Amino acid sequence: MEIPKSFLGYKRENGRAGTRNHVIILPVDDISNACAEAVANNIKGTIALPHSYGRLQFGADLELHFRTMIGTGKNPNVAAVIVIGIEPKWTKRIVDAIAKTGKPVEGFSIEGVGDIDTIAKVSKKAQEFSMWASEKQRVECPISDLWISVKCGESDTTSGLASNPTVGNLMDKLEPLGVHLCFGETSELTGAETVCAKRGKTPEAQKKFMKTWSDYNDFILKEATNDLSESQPTAGNIAGGLTTIEEKAFGNFQKIGSRQFIDVLEPAEEPTKGKGLYFMDTSSAAAECVTLQAAGGFNIHLFPTGQGNIIGNPIEPVIKLTANPLTAKTMSEHIDVDVSKILSREMNLDQAGDELIKSTIKVANGRLTCAEALGHKEFVMTKLYRSA
Amino acid sequence: MANTDIIIHDEKDNVGVVVIEKITPNQDCNCWIMENDKSAKIQSKSEIPLGHKIAMIDLKEGDTILKYGHDIGKVVKNINKGEHVHVHNVKTKKW
Repeated sequence: MEIPKSFLGYKRENGRAGTRNHVIILPVDDISNACAEAVANNIKGTIALPHSYGRLQFGADLELHFRTMIGTGKNPNVAAVIVIGIEPKWTKRIVDAIAKTGKPVEGFSIEGVGDIDTIAKVSKKAQEFSMWASEKQRVECPISDLWISVKCGESDTTSGLASNPTVGNLMDKLEPLGVHLCFGETSELTGAETVCAKRGKTPEAQKKFMKTWSDYNDFILKEATNDLSESQPTAGNIAGGLTTIEEKAFGNFQKIGSRQFIDVLEPAEEPTKGKGLYFMDTSSAAAECVTLQAAGGFNIHLFPTGQGNIIGNPIEPVIKLTANPLTAKTMSEHIDVDVSKILSREMNLDQAGDELIKSTIKVANGRLTCAEALGHKEFVMTKLYRSA
Repeated sequence: MANTDIIIHDEKDNVGVVVIEKITPNQDCNCWIMENDKSAKIQSKSEIPLGHKIAMIDLKEGDTILKYGHDIGKVVKNINKGEHVHVHNVKTKKW
């Protein structure tokens, strides 16, 4: 198949391209959710991103909170941003960082004003942003404007046999065209960590990966109260035939095909070393991982599943594929791409990779994913430790 | 091409994955080895559902399970060729 060289996206002020054109209402903290949701309810064409944290966090945990907030606002799938916090200082820090992209952004704080007047004030600005964004048109963008993140979930043995290698096949075909790629799930590479480390393009990248993995593994061993059965692998993984974390890890690892990674990113960190594949240190929980990758600037997501994970994200479209014929049948409303014919050998990996590329371009052009049509918009902040 | 009942990732693997809805005891199964596109046959000893693993050889307590050509855990209870391989007879070496 000849791979399309372009897609229709929204060109942003900083040169990046979006596959979506969202106006987001971003609460800085948990107690500003009500305000953000009220505004999104008032003004059509806006979406609130409520979450659970943002108060009394400190150190690396607070830095991650800011990085996730700022990165979400900067993502090219977002046309304009309203930030609402309880107090002005942290709100301003987020607004100022997002403003560097050149996109419209404005901050509001609730203290001394109250919810009702804040909602009225913010609604007026949100209406202005929404109507402004509605005029934006899709234009032809080179395929290298795609930043593709990947993460699998509710995996089973069909993931490692077929759906994850399908993603790997796509990576092998699209990386030479200059796309950015990202995989994560630090803990779910356990057992395959030394094999994965060898895929680092430089000795520095390899070393950084091993340190990142070891730190995460030490943390798990320190906090574990049992043998982690039912957490890793999950009950769903075990029902699907996965027996150990090592087996899950080697299946997971198939997603990067034969690619090498350039660098190891902090959670929610934006890659800065150019096109190619990056590893991001993330949790293996689906919504946490995709939220971090979206905050890193990725504009379209590929999500292979075995037993049927149903996750979506508010700003980054999540395309689901499965190779499990039962899941494809019983949960068809969640599956964008069915590659189960690989198991019956009626389809090979090359054909499956081509199908996935076609679907990815369609979604980049604006076709809704199953998760979008079903209203999935899981926005889940990663919290590193207790608050002060 | 005969229907494939079991797929084996790598020639070195001592387990295969059932890719039909289930296999029943004493079923003669067709296996396909992905890595080298070779075929093999095995007779099952257990009922094994889609996605679950079958032992391709006799395995003893302490043996290593190989899948993708790599170590994915240790045998904790002897397994006969053709039997179901899962959490009841294999454990992680990690956690």
